[in-house]
Amino acid sequence: MKIPLIYNVRSILQRPVSTASTALSIGLVVAVFVAMLALAAGFRAALATTGSRDNVIVLRQGANDELSSGVPREAARIISSFPHVAAGDDGLPLVSPEVYVLLNPDRKTGGIGNVVARGVSERAFLVRKGIRVVAGRKFTSGASEVIIGRRIAERFVNMDIGDSLEFGGRKWAVVGHFEADGSGFESEVWGENEQFMPVFRGQVYQSVIFRLAPGATLDEAKRALESDPRIQVSVREEQDFYTSQSGILSATLRIMAVFISVIMSVGAIFGAVNTMYAAVASRSSEIAVLLTLGFKPRSVLATFLAEAAVIALIGGVLGCLFALPINGLATSTTNWQSFSEVAFAFRVTPVLLVYGVAFALVMGVIGGFFPALRAARMPVVSALR
Amino acid sequence: MTRGRLVWANLMRHRWRTILTTLSVAVAMFLFATLRSFGTTLDSLSQFGSANRMVVRHATAIVFPLQMSYTQRLATVEGVTGVSWANWFGGWYQDPKVFFANFAVDGPSFTALYPEILIPEEQKQEWLRDRAGAVVGVDLMEKYGWRVGQNVVLNGTIFPGEWQFTIRATYTSRTRAFDERSFMFHYAYLDERTEHRAQPGWFYLAIANGDDAPRIAATVDEMFRNSNAPTKTMTEQAFQASWMGMFGNVRTLMNAIGMAVVFAILLVTGNAMMMSARERTGEVAVLKAIGFGNRTVGAIELAEAGVVALTGTLLGVGGATLLWKNIRVAAIEQFIPGFQVAGNTIWIGAGIALLLTLVSGLVPAVRASRMNVVAALRTVE
Repeated sequence: MKIPLIYNVRSILQRPVSTASTALSIGLVVAVFVAMLALAAGFRAALATTGSRDNVIVLRQGANDELSSGVPREAARIISSFPHVAAGDDGLPLVSPEVYVLLNPDRKTGGIGNVVARGVSERAFLVRKGIRVVAGRKFTSGASEVIIGRRIAERFVNMDIGDSLEFGGRKWAVVGHFEADGSGFESEVWGENEQFMPVFRGQVYQSVIFRLAPGATLDEAKRALESDPRIQVSVREEQDFYTSQSGILSATLRIMAVFISVIMSVGAIFGAVNTMYAAVASRSSEIAVLLTLGFKPRSVLATFLAEAAVIALIGGVLGCLFALPINGLATSTTNWQSFSEVAFAFRVTPVLLVYGVAFALVMGVIGGFFPALRAARMPVVSALR
Repeated sequence: MTRGRLVWANLMRHRWRTILTTLSVAVAMFLFATLRSFGTTLDSLSQFGSANRMVVRHATAIVFPLQMSYTQRLATVEGVTGVSWANWFGGWYQDPKVFFANFAVDGPSFTALYPEILIPEEQKQEWLRDRAGAVVGVDLMEKYGWRVGQNVVLNGTIFPGEWQFTIRATYTSRTRAFDERSFMFHYAYLDERTEHRAQPGWFYLAIANGDDAPRIAATVDEMFRNSNAPTKTMTEQAFQASWMGMFGNVRTLMNAIGMAVVFAILLVTGNAMMMSARERTGEVAVLKAIGFGNRTVGAIELAEAGVVALTGTLLGVGGATLLWKNIRVAAIEQFIPGFQVAGNTIWIGAGIALLLTLVSGLVPAVRASRMNVVAALRTVE
């Protein structure tokens, strides 16, 4: 027969201080665990939503990133003439040849960052979906003007509208801020490719992005472009490309989350062990009565495990509550894979909260096991005496 | 003596509880010391670098090249006593995903500028003689099991193709601004094999007087302001610090987690201490009845907490200090070379141990010293 759970809840309420401190320490471990996973999730989300599944990115053959790539003007023209490229409403191909460089602007907090400057044409706003200017206006063709991703504008000096940035031997007026659905583009500075080209690396683009024509597949486009002897390029799906750039850092963050939480949990588990041993010791006559009444040792074991789990559950919920406020908090780091600054927000997702509570339960059950075993094996006669 | 024995007897009453409490304090303090070390190591890295050396890079970003002709003009700036140049090579060995620093330097001027980089004299001469020779840090040599005289092929990313080098020398570094995991070869070799001649990525300047640095920076930057490649000049220390800024909020994050760890352990230890004190209510009453003073029984409780907190902290912080001093984890070294526990972390750890003693021991101590003997003896069965 089972011992009802209400028995455990009442027992817990008998020792509020001890229960609260154990639950709180489990809660802190869960909070750190969820927070670190939220950091990894936020970083990954920023890069995984960068780019689109409908777009194709063309780089120089063998180039693994945009920085080390180069696509000559002539090659860009050839690429836009392929039948795999979709046409816009105006009948012209949806192609965006882009210049990609890194700037080292000063941070507001001191030090410098590596910020991507992307030279694009008017077509980029059609090829890439979800780019919206949220303050000011777009840059004008032919002018020394730039627009800046909302996420980095607040982190670096001279990035407010009306300021001017100095790079490439020229001054660039900041005329607008833009959003891009939380993607990595929000960490970039955009200007006109024809303006960026002469001041940076000469008559060469770094990448060409195009929308895949309806009916055409990535494989077909890849085969056609990569086998064309006039151009030496490698072709990838745009979103895949950006996601692959997040691999190392998000893996590192997840490993760190697990490493730190596991070490922290040693203390919390011990807290649970201690609380439960005390619970078992102070209720030895109660346990003896239960056993005498005919409850199986198995039921006694189960009830004390349940009690530990209830304490852990309170801790798990507390931990999730602690971690929730960091959802949406913006932070930034250097993505060492692309060597550029990525600003992103912590993402506390429902799945992470479930992980957090599950982790708490695991800690509770591990901590409660030996005390529960002692309760179940308690010699009835001596305990009653 | 008797009091010490009493504290010991109390600790040994629930041997496992004492061991577990001590271990969880140790684990928490280990984590605290390790997490704090990310910040302190970054700080110390950004403070290294000589006040008598400066770095000149492109004003826009370090990825843009400067021009070789700058060498002579830099040398004419008043206060500059030496000029050297270098370029990032960015090659990989065997696996393109494994990164180590490799760059081209001008051998004679570089070795003159960096007396802290120690190369055995004989090897140095060998290296300077061999155009395709390389000098490699001892850490990197060990990592790949290379030996002097061996041929090594790097695959270029910025300068495509396979590049063959012969390792002619190894170096150790006496400055933390320079790790022992770099691969350096002759700029002339890069220049020779590059189609349009190589361009330097940055210049090193030696200056006679560190106080002149701001003036020299202003002079140099003004000199090239209207050229194709305008410059940004800074002290070596500022150059180091600017890299460390790229870690963004890592330090804040690590410290926040460290605080959470410390707080969690305060709760756990405090709980354990109060629990064992409550069990001993009767004993304390007996001690008082046979003549132990209020202060003494309080001190015994406090001492018990102190032993646990101090032992745990010693194990945790000491363990972290020893571990990170002797073990180099490649995954950490790659980002933060010279990762180790700073001296002030040890003192902060001692402070936390004291706090831990007070928080977990004070309530039982006060309770014990104020305890009414008659009431206490009566409540215990």
